[in-house]
Amino acid sequence: MVPYEFQDTPLVIAGREFKSRLILGTGKYRDNATMVAALRASGTEMVTVAVRRVDLDRTKEEGILYHLDPKEFFLLPNTAGCYTAEEAVRYARLARAAGFTEWIKLEVIGDSTTLLPDTQATLEAAKILVAEGFKVMAYTNEDLVMALRLEDAGCVAVMPLASPIGSGLGLVNPYYVREIKRRLSVPVIVDAGVGTASDACITMEQGVDAILMNTAVAEARDPVAMGRAMKLAVEAGRLAYLAGRMPKREIAVPSSPTTGMLDR
Amino acid sequence: MDASTDITVRVNGRERRIPRGLNVEGLLRSLGLHPALVVVERNREIVPRGEYAATPVEEGDVLELVHFVGGG
Repeated sequence: MVPYEFQDTPLVIAGREFKSRLILGTGKYRDNATMVAALRASGTEMVTVAVRRVDLDRTKEEGILYHLDPKEFFLLPNTAGCYTAEEAVRYARLARAAGFTEWIKLEVIGDSTTLLPDTQATLEAAKILVAEGFKVMAYTNEDLVMALRLEDAGCVAVMPLASPIGSGLGLVNPYYVREIKRRLSVPVIVDAGVGTASDACITMEQGVDAILMNTAVAEARDPVAMGRAMKLAVEAGRLAYLAGRMPKREIAVPSSPTTGMLDR
Repeated sequence: MDASTDITVRVNGRERRIPRGLNVEGLLRSLGLHPALVVVERNREIVPRGEYAATPVEEGDVLELVHFVGGG
């Protein structure tokens, strides 16, 4: 018997190919060894990192590059924590000056309670960064019009949220996310809000190109096991999307023949 | 260290007295930092890594030393 081998097309962002459709954050892990083990278990090829001040009071090396090999994982720096376009552009430039990549996960927050994006500032920053040669992957809400504007601005991927950052509420608005995927040509990557494997599966079933998550893996009781669960869920959801689901019917239809029953 | 040869700079939001005549690379090394893993902003301008040794640190400079940390 020939084992069934599923061959997906690669995820292509700005001409670069990725086999994995799972992008992971590197924040909030209890320790670096757990983080690296979880990343490996997940099969991810791209991980996000943040730009922050070096803590000069600490003698121990705390930079993530002491623990993460940029040859093993493609580094995607973010502008997390920025509240204005100007601030995000400053962080992006610092990230690029580190010398690893001109890619940037652009994130401009508009509200400190929900961490929802300031899409107007995001678009403003995206235009500046694209003009400076950055490959911009823009975090945004599930607003089709803003997603189109970000694509027009030259972003290499548009990343609508599933639900607020760190909330674990899952995909709140599948219809809007599907509509964004239907209308954009650049990859649509759902970023933020996935809480567990079923959320990841349902999200991929909408037809989006990939998922970016952090907390769901980092805050799991066993982050390494959850990393593997997310790999399987992303693959299952992707395969189910490509397979094409059966129609939903609000009526039962028997699976076995209704003819050939005894004594009838 | 002779106090009269020191200068005052602001590094990551805190004032520091450092010896006069240090360049950026010397400052990083004096702080125990690996220059290849730190990005330096001096007075809001990024210092290209190749220019650390040629960039002086002067009285009143505002320096931001950043690196990559875990994040989502």
